[in-house]
Amino acid sequence: MKHLLSAADLSRDEAVLIIDTAAELAAVTDRSVKKLPTLRGRTVVNLFFEDSTRTRISFELAAKRLSADVINFAAKGSSVSKGESLKDTALTLEAMGADAVVIRHGSSGAPHRLANSDWIQGSVINAGDGTHEHPTQALLDAFTLRRHLRSGAGDLSGVRVAIVGDILHSRVARSNVLLLKTLGAEVTVVAPPTLMPYGVESWPCHTSYSIDDVLPDVDAIMMLRVQAERMQAAYFPSSLEYSRMFGLDSARVARLPEHAIVMHPGPMNRGMEISADVADSPRSVMVEQVTNGVSVRMAVMYLLLGGMQEEI
Amino acid sequence: MTLVVRGVRPYGEDAVDIVVSDGVIVELAPPGTAAGEIVDADGLVALPGFVDLHTHLREPGREDAETVRTGSQAAALGGFTCVHAMANTSPVADTAGVVEQVWRLGQEAGLVDVRPVGAVTVGLGGERMAELGAMAHSAAQVRVFSDDGKCVHDAVLMRRALEYVKAFDGVVAQHAQEPRLTENAQMNESELSGRLGLVGWPAVAEEAIIARDVLLAEHVGSRLHVCHLSTAGSVEVVRWAKARGVQVTAEVTPHHLVLTEDLVATYDPVYKVNPPLRTAEDVAALREALADGTIDIIATDHAPHPHEDKDCEWAAAAMGMLGLETAFGVAMETMVVPGRLSWRELAQRMSTAPAHIGGVRTQGHELVPGAVANIAVVDPEGTYLVDPTKLASKSRNSPYAGRTLPGRVVHTIYAGTPTVLDGALA
Repeated sequence: MKHLLSAADLSRDEAVLIIDTAAELAAVTDRSVKKLPTLRGRTVVNLFFEDSTRTRISFELAAKRLSADVINFAAKGSSVSKGESLKDTALTLEAMGADAVVIRHGSSGAPHRLANSDWIQGSVINAGDGTHEHPTQALLDAFTLRRHLRSGAGDLSGVRVAIVGDILHSRVARSNVLLLKTLGAEVTVVAPPTLMPYGVESWPCHTSYSIDDVLPDVDAIMMLRVQAERMQAAYFPSSLEYSRMFGLDSARVARLPEHAIVMHPGPMNRGMEISADVADSPRSVMVEQVTNGVSVRMAVMYLLLGGMQEEI
Repeated sequence: MTLVVRGVRPYGEDAVDIVVSDGVIVELAPPGTAAGEIVDADGLVALPGFVDLHTHLREPGREDAETVRTGSQAAALGGFTCVHAMANTSPVADTAGVVEQVWRLGQEAGLVDVRPVGAVTVGLGGERMAELGAMAHSAAQVRVFSDDGKCVHDAVLMRRALEYVKAFDGVVAQHAQEPRLTENAQMNESELSGRLGLVGWPAVAEEAIIARDVLLAEHVGSRLHVCHLSTAGSVEVVRWAKARGVQVTAEVTPHHLVLTEDLVATYDPVYKVNPPLRTAEDVAALREALADGTIDIIATDHAPHPHEDKDCEWAAAAMGMLGLETAFGVAMETMVVPGRLSWRELAQRMSTAPAHIGGVRTQGHELVPGAVANIAVVDPEGTYLVDPTKLASKSRNSPYAGRTLPGRVVHTIYAGTPTVLDGALA
């Protein structure tokens, strides 16, 4: 495997290998010196066309813990950056000898273009492209699910996960549906019909328009950020109605099975898709998701950049 | 000067010598008997020169993508003797001055009839009607009006335009795209668009406008032409309208006859086009409709774009594909080889009917004495390997790169003069 572009590219065994590797690498975080020499002398570029401080620092920390040289390239400015700039930026990075490019881009498919063009030779890691995918988020979610629900080993056979929110615009939902299915989980996406993608019935998951219907039968519930701007485009009438019908509050949490965990990829809209008391409750594993994100991204870089031969 | 197209088979029928003098076919003589300047066409098929009702020549304004001259060359190589230059240039072809400029550039290139299309609304803005009468009565004698690239979505404006052009037997060619349903749309709305995370362009956005427009055309008794019809539902609407006696004609592009949305999964913007590539079911319906006459013509929607506008990520890329030099091959592959169209029917779809819709009296004639000598001579046994670097067009955005298409345009004769001989510009 040279690139990580889509969760669909991962077989069950590859996904398990990444998560297993992440678990081993997580141990490093517990040492006093949190650093491995694995990627010494390699250059990782964080190429971010969209603002995303949390994802960027997660990748940055992951690369640094593997001793890679890290360059952060924030291509801000115009909201839709011109195509020329992606190509020219890529050529520049190539000329500087980037071994891996971690790309976040507002245009779906931009990482595919980068990987399949002749612009660069290095590995491409998709850190979120438009409304398409965010595979490392799905991997860290799978890692978190496995830790809580499968004692940190094997795959996710039989784990029931509901993903609730703006499925239509969510790259997190797309990657999770694909990856969790690959790992044997049973996924239900929950949203008002306007926020379901066209053709969702052919996705490898169940669908529901009611969070209340699914609550009693899940092992984990993943709440997605819903942007208030969607209201202007008539996806739903008001934030209040959305919150009332799809928000996770403590009354709804009480109807979850005892062992079920609450997840959120962040950033949260407290009071919109999730109430503050739920976000801060012991059922919530959001802070741990952030920690696991670093381990999973270390594992991805470690495996993609061929660090396999060396000792951990 | 007498030109003899020797041994050619008009419409694939018995071989003759087509004798051309002063730009007109004067005789169909027994093969090998006529004297004059000989164009060897032994065993090849003669068709009336193709007429494209939908071409983007980009001049004035985007001469980096195409000029009237390079577009004319591409057209001639594709067997065309007439093209209709769409109005979405810069400045927009919405005045007599601009359409006359394009027309004059066409005359100067001298390879095909370049018939400018006039914009329906000022600046393609969809708000005020352009001076359609001035364009109709200019030297360019515009008969086809279109905001192509944009839809005339205001129902009142569309109604008025349909009515207004009756005064000079014009026709409005509608780019059917409901704008609100297609904001920021990137590809056909389908299971695939949901998976790829690309904003969908639903079929209903095309079908709803066509349905409205055929009813408007019926109500005001006007002619309507539908550009680049792309869905099975649109076919049904047009079929229904024709059965009711509405004066509607429709076109399909070569790419919608052969390519499907699956190609978008590559995220390669060479497949980005408007209307978008649809499904295999749509393609099948379009082929059937072209065969049974529900769709009247093939029109290329030749849309050149400079390399940088395609060598980028999907959302940033321009929409459109080249078509002039590959239209015949695609028509062969999808319609003639499988037996859906005879040669005479193909001539109807690619020459006679588009000439008629566009009101071009010197084009689309049957290959008989007295006809203007606009002739495409094709080799049905030949093949054409598409190499974008070898196209006459200034642009390279062909979706058929590396593909071998059946049939080959060998000679093109425009108003009695060869523009293409043995597959090269004469």
